[in-house]
Amino acid sequence: MCGVAGLINLDKIRENGSRIKRAIVLQNERGNGLGAGYGVYGIYPGYEDLYAIHIMASSEDAVNQAALFIRRWFAVQKQEPIPVWDKVIIDHPYFQRFFVKPAHSSLLCYGKQESEDEYVLKKMMQMNKEVHGAYAFSSGKDMGVFKGVGTPTDIYDFFMLDNYQGHSWLAHNRFPTNTPGWWGGAHPFNALDWSIIHNGEISSYGINRRYLESQGYYCHLQTDSEVIAYLFDLLIRRHGLSIREAASVLAPPYWATVERMADREEKESQQLLKIIYEQAMLNGPFAVLAAFSGGMFSLTDNTKLRPMTVAIQDNYTYFASEVSALYEMQEDLRQVVTPRAGEPVVALYRDNLEPREGEVA
Amino acid sequence: MKIRPEQPGLRSLYRPVFDRALCIGCGDCASQCTFNEIRLDSRKDKKIPQATGKTCGACQRCAVFCPRGAIYIEKRPLTLHPHAIWNEAAVMHVHLQSASGAVPLTGFGAGTTIPTYWERILFNACQVTNPAIDPQREPMETITYLGRKPASLKKADGLKADQLLRLSLPLVFAPMSYGSINLRLQKAFAITARKKGILWYSGEGGLHEELNDYSDCAVLQIASGRFGVDPDYLTKARAYQIKIGQGAKPGIGGHLPGEKVLDGVSRTRMIPIGSDAISPAPQHDIYSIEDLRLLINAVKEASGYKPVCVKIAAVHNVASIATGVVHAGADMVYLDGYRAGTGATPVIVRDNVGIPTELALAAVDQRLRDEGIRHKASLVVAGGFSNSADVMKAIALGADAVAIGTAFLVSCGCYGCQRCQSGKCAWGLTTNDPVISKRLEVEWAVERLSNLIEAWHHEMKEVMGLNGIYDIGSFRGNRLLLRGVGLSAKELEILGIKHAGE
Repeated sequence: MCGVAGLINLDKIRENGSRIKRAIVLQNERGNGLGAGYGVYGIYPGYEDLYAIHIMASSEDAVNQAALFIRRWFAVQKQEPIPVWDKVIIDHPYFQRFFVKPAHSSLLCYGKQESEDEYVLKKMMQMNKEVHGAYAFSSGKDMGVFKGVGTPTDIYDFFMLDNYQGHSWLAHNRFPTNTPGWWGGAHPFNALDWSIIHNGEISSYGINRRYLESQGYYCHLQTDSEVIAYLFDLLIRRHGLSIREAASVLAPPYWATVERMADREEKESQQLLKIIYEQAMLNGPFAVLAAFSGGMFSLTDNTKLRPMTVAIQDNYTYFASEVSALYEMQEDLRQVVTPRAGEPVVALYRDNLEPREGEVA
Repeated sequence: MKIRPEQPGLRSLYRPVFDRALCIGCGDCASQCTFNEIRLDSRKDKKIPQATGKTCGACQRCAVFCPRGAIYIEKRPLTLHPHAIWNEAAVMHVHLQSASGAVPLTGFGAGTTIPTYWERILFNACQVTNPAIDPQREPMETITYLGRKPASLKKADGLKADQLLRLSLPLVFAPMSYGSINLRLQKAFAITARKKGILWYSGEGGLHEELNDYSDCAVLQIASGRFGVDPDYLTKARAYQIKIGQGAKPGIGGHLPGEKVLDGVSRTRMIPIGSDAISPAPQHDIYSIEDLRLLINAVKEASGYKPVCVKIAAVHNVASIATGVVHAGADMVYLDGYRAGTGATPVIVRDNVGIPTELALAAVDQRLRDEGIRHKASLVVAGGFSNSADVMKAIALGADAVAIGTAFLVSCGCYGCQRCQSGKCAWGLTTNDPVISKRLEVEWAVERLSNLIEAWHHEMKEVMGLNGIYDIGSFRGNRLLLRGVGLSAKELEILGIKHAGE
């Protein structure tokens, strides 16, 4: 059991974390103090074009090793410790952030140019594998993940999230069940632009992980949820699927439903998605909230064994495990929606309303 | 030469025992026995059955058919001085060879004490944090597609699902040729395959004209003997299988003793009646991987681009071989392991050549993933599957589907006497004798086979459900569902699973 909450302003009006904090703290019963985290988009104005790499490290030496690694492969514009209030949590890892872009020359390899995203992803995977004791846990542009072992209040205060302004916020309250609670294992999980928070347990993890590993993603955070972030990155960024298509890869309709589909085109494309991406399908209970630079969306397993509720008001869309948490974010909600099992709810920024084919805002 | 009552080594190891109090002297046992083990002594109006002790192989036919249940089979005592090497099997084998001067043949798969890994692997189950699914109440799906799949949707290039092979559950009938088994049994396989939405493999004996109607769910084989291959053969199947090797006899070709080559077999295989059909060890147009590529392409062109499967035996370097086969263009790799069955193989080859299915499967699946070509070919494995749990363990290790041979023979009556090569199968399965083969009724066999598949299907769904998985796709290759017990670190490493307690 875990709690999730999310809010997004479609006009990109920014606010600090106080509302999302109320929504997640209300769901304290859904966690046990062994993990909480926040993901915020739009927090680094002035650095929008740079990848913001957040790392956690078990020692000062590991911080230095990570810095050496990053400086070798990237042009670093700024490096600084992530400010923390260590009166809240005394025993904590070292946190550091880097604003970088790929060192131009390393993108060129015998005339083949790699995309910047691909390069950054590869280097982050490599660093997490090779640099002992240091993890990059956030690597997108103009966004950041803040997470650790503690209650949502602890983590919020530890990272002093009152001081950040963002236009979309994710918050997670963890009750770890299949792996020990540790700083890297808290949610959100991030890969480049994608951050996800997850309530549930993924029975298909074994094959999802093997599939991702054969595609160059290394799962080093000891927890099932991390595969979801990588799957979104793989399916949407690399394979060019729409959000709808990616959602129906992760939570596909039953074969029985597909084979009954009257619309031939829809049936054929659904069959292909199921066949090609069998190893990316998620089994087991899940409610996922995913954020990216284009917006935010929720997804549940297709028998909906974990809760997800949504409210839409003015220019805001709110997501939470419990309806009461929605009202913590805005009291006078008029429209609260309970999505059906397996049905994604997608909220896109207005400036991003030129979605790829097949998508509905 | 002095005549002995019994040449050393030619006695049987078993004999029927008759309960005289129950026996009514109908003599049916003697007519059921196709090996002439039972002699009838006439006394008054009764026929008294007597065991001759020469040929009984414990096929159980007489015991099952005795109307009074008056027969059971016992092992004949053979008391030997205890010895670690010169045990019963060793002594008898040398006697048999000394008496015959020949290479002893056998049927069935290897029954040696080489470790069977399935029995040392256990499944996980859901507790608390993720709910188990009850397959009696909730949807549970096992639909499987075999064949070459694109790496991503963008690369699908107009592919349609029905160009691939759809299975309603990940089981197929292992290749058993017409000749090694009779037409009735093969027909029962074909009917059942269609009925259950799966595939049947023809084996190397060609396609008898009576089975033409079932070619749309058939994978027809092209083996080194090229039996039955003509232009027509190359257009009518759902898919084709090029046989390189066989788990029960890696490195040698198929054996069909002349005793089994009767009229129908002769016509279908296009060989003279009574001639031994000994397939060449290699395919003589494949001496290298590039030759295999040529043949795969030739079969694809001839057949109108049907999927092509390549069957290889599990041998030491199987992972590299499978990789080569996929690069050569195979859409499916059929991996036949150490315990795979056969209608006829030299004992020495069956028991001493090849590697266990489990290790081969784990190594091949992982290697194809490491090379990024796992999607290019489906993996069908065979060799030693006697229950549905082992099938699911193979799926979790990474198999796309499992081929069942022996279990389907057993389903039709076989008790494993291992004399398939003799052509005298008392159950009418591995014989072409026009009289004995009538013992097998096609409808009865179809019902038994369907029942077995149905029962296994239920059990497979049960195993999925208790792991919280509703679609076999999330079970496939999901090695975290498995734990080993009592296996060495090296074995676990090759299998890619953790030890119980980890």
